Amino acid sequence: MVNYIWAGMSIIGIIYAMINGTMDQVNEAIFSSASEAVTLSIGLISVLVFWLGLMRIAEKAGILSKLSAFFKPLVTRLFPDIPKDHPAMGYILSNFIANLFGLGNAATPMGIKAMKEMKLLSNSDKASRSMITFLVINTSSLTLIPTTVIAIRMQYQSAAPTEIVGTTIIATLITTSFAIIIDRLFYLKRVSKNKK
Amino acid sequence: MNTITLISAWIIPSMVMIVLITATVKKLPTYELFVEGGKEGVKTAISLLPFLLGMIVSIAIFRSSGALDAFITLLEPVLSFLGIPSEIAPLAFTRPISGTAALAITAELIKIYGPDSFIGRLASTMQGSTDTTFYIITVYFGAVGIHKMGDALKVGLIADFIGIITSIIVVSIVFSQ
Repeated sequence: MVNYIWAGMSIIGIIYAMINGTMDQVNEAIFSSASEAVTLSIGLISVLVFWLGLMRIAEKAGILSKLSAFFKPLVTRLFPDIPKDHPAMGYILSNFIANLFGLGNAATPMGIKAMKEMKLLSNSDKASRSMITFLVINTSSLTLIPTTVIAIRMQYQSAAPTEIVGTTIIATLITTSFAIIIDRLFYLKRVSKNKK
Repeated sequence: MNTITLISAWIIPSMVMIVLITATVKKLPTYELFVEGGKEGVKTAISLLPFLLGMIVSIAIFRSSGALDAFITLLEPVLSFLGIPSEIAPLAFTRPISGTAALAITAELIKIYGPDSFIGRLASTMQGSTDTTFYIITVYFGAVGIHKMGDALKVGLIADFIGIITSIIVVSIVFSQ
């Protein structure tokens, strides 16, 4: 599916540019966005090195396993195919916690580590059940305090910059719950398909 | 507000401190462990480059050609029928595909309509309650070399759609005049 979306966006864009005479903009966008992507990847080095370095210490110091022990009841239900004491659990939890506090920069390295551990478990190039659940929870956003949005609202002289925290939390809770339910439904569909 | 700014400023340094104190008390080689873990970060960031570049360029072609805007205009009658303010449509469609572009649109909407308007509050909530599905899928699957994504993208996009609808409903209820 990602192949179709990826190629489709480019093909539709170029055909649209042919018709609408926006080829110059497309030409410029190709090269400026490519260099933007390089800047982004290089920029990721700083956060990845810092957080993965710190997380290695936290892991060896036993902080991650303590953290996962605390939230275990909840997370084992969400990820039934990951063994209870597997390191993947610790990384999944750290990723969720970093997201809750709006620390997107810290969440990505931990999410990547979680994926690596899950890949070791599944040992295939196919997305496993727990990987899909993990991604879906991430894309539905777990933010409790949307710091960037609050900052923008302050910048434009909002009378109450934080008044959207409540609505954001409610919306996030509803969306994430639905995301988990839909993920389960798709999983059940996959299972019944494989049985046939 | 002060408490929130205080928490956001303190949380990362506090985490660093707690990790380092715990490890030092346990007599672990903190610096060596940091470097060892950090090396993995360099590898990961570099291996992500082609995945990110491919996705970002494709999105840029789609946006810069004007196809995205045309698509939104096309959908406007449907949106107004559903009672979704058309001002919010560009944000709703950009949010899953590009985080920085979505943030720019949110800032723009807040600037034009004011942070305390319905559109301003809706944009703020929408920005905070969904995430960039394409980026997350690209980075996480790219980092570990998953080629068959299963239902991840489908479910992620459905979740985005639900997030957008939920934001509109919640903001309408909470901030109804």
